[in-house]
Amino acid sequence: MGHHHPGSVSPLRTLTAAVRHHRDRNVGPVKTVKLPRRKLDFFASVLQRFGELHAPVARNGHFVFQRVRRWSEARLEYTRTELPPKKYFLPPRETLFRFTPGKGYVPESEDLDRRIVLLGVHACDIYSLNILDLVFNGKYPDPYYQTRRRNIALIGVDCIPDQRCFCRSMRADTVEQGFDLFFYDIGDYYLTLVGTALGDDMVLAAGELFESVTPDDVAEYKRRSQERHQRFQLDVEIRDLPEIFEMEYGSEIWEELGAKCLSCGSCSMVCPTCYCYDVADETQLGSTAGRRVRTWDSCLFATHAAVAGGENFRHSRASRVKFRFYHKQRGFVAEYGRPSCVGCGRCSAVCPVGIDIIEVINRLRGVEYAETEHAATR
Amino acid sequence: MPRPSTLRLARDWGGEEAVAVPPFTAAPATHEYEPLLEANPYQPHLARLVRVFKMVENNWLFTFRFLDEQLARGFRHRPGQFVMLSVPGAGEAPISISSSPTRPGVLELCVRRVGRVTGALYRLEANDVVGIRGPYGNGFPVDRIRGNDLLIAAGGLGMAPLRSLLWYAIDHRDLFRSITLMYGARTPDRMLFRDELVSLLDRTDLRCLLCVDADPSGTWQARVCQLPGLFERVEADPTTTYAAVCGPPVVYRFVLQHLLALGFPKDRILMSLERRMKCGVGKCGHCSVGYKYTCMHGPIFTYWDAINLPEIV
Repeated sequence: MGHHHPGSVSPLRTLTAAVRHHRDRNVGPVKTVKLPRRKLDFFASVLQRFGELHAPVARNGHFVFQRVRRWSEARLEYTRTELPPKKYFLPPRETLFRFTPGKGYVPESEDLDRRIVLLGVHACDIYSLNILDLVFNGKYPDPYYQTRRRNIALIGVDCIPDQRCFCRSMRADTVEQGFDLFFYDIGDYYLTLVGTALGDDMVLAAGELFESVTPDDVAEYKRRSQERHQRFQLDVEIRDLPEIFEMEYGSEIWEELGAKCLSCGSCSMVCPTCYCYDVADETQLGSTAGRRVRTWDSCLFATHAAVAGGENFRHSRASRVKFRFYHKQRGFVAEYGRPSCVGCGRCSAVCPVGIDIIEVINRLRGVEYAETEHAATR
Repeated sequence: MPRPSTLRLARDWGGEEAVAVPPFTAAPATHEYEPLLEANPYQPHLARLVRVFKMVENNWLFTFRFLDEQLARGFRHRPGQFVMLSVPGAGEAPISISSSPTRPGVLELCVRRVGRVTGALYRLEANDVVGIRGPYGNGFPVDRIRGNDLLIAAGGLGMAPLRSLLWYAIDHRDLFRSITLMYGARTPDRMLFRDELVSLLDRTDLRCLLCVDADPSGTWQARVCQLPGLFERVEADPTTTYAAVCGPPVVYRFVLQHLLALGFPKDRILMSLERRMKCGVGKCGHCSVGYKYTCMHGPIFTYWDAINLPEIV
């Protein structure tokens, strides 16, 4: 990461330390076991004891995380879900308070104690939750997010990158913590990393389903890991990217993107690390009783930086597009030590006018899109 | 964790001919000793509207006191900090605190009538109840300013966040060297805290320089000139002075010009910024300037920050 100087704490270590500090359930993988692939449905039923089971499911031509009523619906070999698991922790719309003239503002806690097991989360999406932890902890921890984070178990699964994945460039192709269990496909088995005490309980609850790992299993894991590494088709260099963003603040590329962008905010909605939200009070007609509701927001929306009285600090679309890239690749690095991007490829996949983050970064770097180091050797 | 009857459940469930999963019912989620929601930074605390002072048209001064007696007595802030004010049914908005922490017990908020929340506030009457949470933001670095000269330059509505600093300095007079206030408004009846500030004109332990652009009523006792005109009467040593500036963009432009001409280092010029905010605690993303959040890193920024953060003014 370009921002980090020799001798200073590495961004990854900062992230790890911060997350560890705030999430005591993360102590790193304590052991590795393996689960026979054909026993996965058995294990899924065991997981019912730990909460509602949610997993990726194919729907209308894409994948979504949703509650699995039949194990046959779940798809563990999927590319990417339409929405990231963020929706479980920061729902698109949630009530923060109910208020009445008599009682004032009473925190809404309904639904917060729902126990969920999220099975089949990719490394980049787990990484993105570790990043959201940085934002929703800090000096003022967000109790709604925190409670959901405590009550939702995460079971990761490895994946094969497709033509939009660049998590490797964003250092999010593997994740060392933030999951309860993580499954690596090694053929007839899932090599299983146990990340937390809860994950250990899940393994124990499964009785004899899990087996010990042999040296051959580890060799197979390494072989597949190497193979996966070579499957990446996209590469982008993030070293000194914050500095380049600083220098290219006046670049004409922003005006070009501003002319293309529709300000629809789709990229923010599907982004696993976008967390901007709006808060509004909803009242019943003729009453001062009601609810304080928070909803997802996007810095691309026209009024995001508008203050009361009419002033808008990011009036032009170009300035808003620029802000979104700038905040993720420059601002977040300054604040938290790494970009708030995990390379999942959702924003490029969903953009109705084809704005592609790889193309933007490579143009800023002065690297031709078609001639990136990796694409050339592919 | 009780050992589940794994095999039976799995047979009911596995494979393509699976049947619906029995609904998850066990909910041992929360223990009674562990509250579901921990300390909630979004929780507004109820406060009573004690007094409405119709100070200037569309810029009234509202005085609040928390209903909770402990909170009312214990609430402390730094000059320049702000609170999130909730008006029931209308929403929440960031408002800078105009009262000084040296005069605790009540909170005075100078609020411009400008939007939905403030519009609803203007319809309230004494004894109505609102929600307040905070204080938020960095506030003025009073610990760094102490021992130095203090120059406060305000234009128009910029007096609202600076009044807290002014009275803090006056009430801790021995902590500061010289204190100078420069404040300009368009006309006398648009000057915030006019009577209070006029009463400072004769004091010998601070210089209070007030001016108006025009005096249509012909009753103004102090100077009639533009705010930068007051600089003729100010001698400030830029190496021992902190300048706190707030006002509309035109004020920033001219005051900053004068301060730089006097040789002020850019990190001795402090400015208070206004941004849209939904949370006040560094989450919602609305108040970001460049890579900083106005609510956490601000609202007080140095001029050095300002020229290094895009979109700041």
